[in-house]
Amino acid sequence: MGKKINNALNASVRSPLQKDDKRTDRFVGVVLLAALYVVLFLLDNFLPQNSFTLMMIPVLKKGAIYSLLCVSMNLLNGFTGLFSLGQAGFMLLGAYTYAIFTIPVDQHATVYQYFDGGAIQFSIPEAIGSAIGHNAGSWIGAIIAIILAGIVAAVFAALIGIPVLRLKSDYLAIATLGFAEIIRAVFQWSGLGVITNGSNLLRKYTNLASMKIGSLSFATMFPFLIATVCIGIIVLLINSSYGRAFKAIRDDEIAAEAMGINLFKHKMMSFVISSFFAGVGGALLAMYQTTIQAAAFKTAMTYEILLMVVIGGIGSISGSCIAAFLYTACNEWWLRFLDSGHIGSMSVPFFRDGFRKVVFSVIIMVIVLFFSRGIMGDKELSFAGLVRKFKCRKAAKAASVEAADTDANNTKEAE
Amino acid sequence: MSDTKNVLHVENVTMQFGGVVAVNNLNIDVPENQIVALIGPNGAGKTTAFNCITGVYQPTNGVVEFMGEPIVSAHPTGKMKAQYKGENAELYLKNRLINPTPDEITQRGIARTFQNIRLWKSMTVFENVLLAKHMRAKQNVFSATFRGNAKEEKRMRDETMALLEEQGLDKYKDDLATSLPYGLQRRLEIARALATDPKLLLLDEPAAGMNPQETQELAAFIKQIRDKYNLTVFLIEHHMDLVMRISDYIYVIDFGSKIAEGVPKDVQANQRVIDAYLGVAEDE
Repeated sequence: MGKKINNALNASVRSPLQKDDKRTDRFVGVVLLAALYVVLFLLDNFLPQNSFTLMMIPVLKKGAIYSLLCVSMNLLNGFTGLFSLGQAGFMLLGAYTYAIFTIPVDQHATVYQYFDGGAIQFSIPEAIGSAIGHNAGSWIGAIIAIILAGIVAAVFAALIGIPVLRLKSDYLAIATLGFAEIIRAVFQWSGLGVITNGSNLLRKYTNLASMKIGSLSFATMFPFLIATVCIGIIVLLINSSYGRAFKAIRDDEIAAEAMGINLFKHKMMSFVISSFFAGVGGALLAMYQTTIQAAAFKTAMTYEILLMVVIGGIGSISGSCIAAFLYTACNEWWLRFLDSGHIGSMSVPFFRDGFRKVVFSVIIMVIVLFFSRGIMGDKELSFAGLVRKFKCRKAAKAASVEAADTDANNTKEAE
Repeated sequence: MSDTKNVLHVENVTMQFGGVVAVNNLNIDVPENQIVALIGPNGAGKTTAFNCITGVYQPTNGVVEFMGEPIVSAHPTGKMKAQYKGENAELYLKNRLINPTPDEITQRGIARTFQNIRLWKSMTVFENVLLAKHMRAKQNVFSATFRGNAKEEKRMRDETMALLEEQGLDKYKDDLATSLPYGLQRRLEIARALATDPKLLLLDEPAAGMNPQETQELAAFIKQIRDKYNLTVFLIEHHMDLVMRISDYIYVIDFGSKIAEGVPKDVQANQRVIDAYLGVAEDE
């Protein structure tokens, strides 16, 4: 009987070709993405604003941004095996680069009120907008500023990487953590105030609300668009020859080196690319928040992203995305009622400010205890795989029923 | 021996860790297309010698030449100047230091396997071999990411598949490398080394943990790849059986120093070798 079940399992696990799986997954993925974009478009423009959508839309925006940040961290920590904790530093570089270059010129006097209107007297969206129209200007300007944000973060990563990437494991983590803290301190220093506005807020820059075509808003869709493109690029990279080299370095550095992979070059590549996307994520976060301040980019932000990566599964892109949305939703939406002091009209004594965090910690502990390798482990979400698993379970069930039947018959005959 | 060209020439290599001289004044020549073995009792310094050749360690003193070109060159520097206990301390003082990383050595055409198998465990058999081709590819990270290297990628995949078929590993191609039986993992590691297009193959105890049957197969396999890929093989081994059967020339080291060299028959009869392996009776 056991043999039969095994055969059924094996048959359904091995028979379908992996190539077909990939094709199905790609097809389903594209369809789902298209559907998602239609939904986002409707959400942005035609759905009524009520308490439900008011809670959900920020979660969606932030979820998309954190997905990108998690995937970029996963590229470094999960796929290359470099335990870096500099994420918040690179995000800060990206966010500030983006904000500084998109503040309209006539707003400089109010934003940089303590620094005589600041040193940089131009704005990319305005410069482009004056040539091809305000609306197109803010789109193209924002995208250029986002790319610039990534590049600044990447350049800093390249400079930091030269000394830091010679370190291993914990030492690398401490060095990158220190770098992030130094960056935060430098950006708050009033000596650089003409550029960074010291410890004051940067505001009035192009934010998500300015992402419009005519009267149609793309405020929610925009972070999704950027995140999709960036995650797509990271996935392509991971599946390329270089991605395999990264994994080889993670699995066994000595073997990788002996097979002709230049460790420093590849580690640097991974570090720079990861930081580029961290910078892009930082820029998106700046757009989402409408105001930014260096003080907010604390180590806690890196830990938050690391937590999402761990919950999603180190080495799984889809895991990171799922965890980013789940985490954001739990943190900002689903568990909010725990802070409100009552369920419906009933008041509950423990439910007061901060209780949400207690429950949240317990949930995270449970996840870490029962899914010790994260939600997805190092596997990717595969629709074809899911379908197959479902079918396989059915087949196993059918086989066991059949076997039970024959067993029953046999015993009858024996009697 | 001197009539053929030497692929590898190790000259007065000394490796000293602190006060311990692990390899002392080692001289080795590996002629083209031959199988040369380095043997010695446990802890004799065989793997250290290998690591000096492949760039894992920088030797304290000495020169390694590959195809007539120096690839490693060292002399005692810094603190080692005072502490140096090896021989020929003055010989290379004027030489330029050459301290390559292991990947540079592999680029030049020396591939190696490891004593304790080091396959990439999260990758399949196919990917393990495919990645060894990464080094020689002309792609860059942009062309690879945006699939501008489709032709090259296809060529690498085809070559990998051909290599796996030649080695009889093609039916395991989608299995995880670490799920293979031990003997096949060894063979996969050799296949992976072959994928880097080496001229010289260094095998670090290829028969470790194998039974006599497997060892016999391995002997035939090593000879076969030597002929097929026009290789030179330099190996470390404990199985005297294997060494005596396939080697053209043998070097024996003990406590870091060379105690004998010669063709298998001579080495087998050498009293110092027998003493090193069996020990010398105290009371004689």
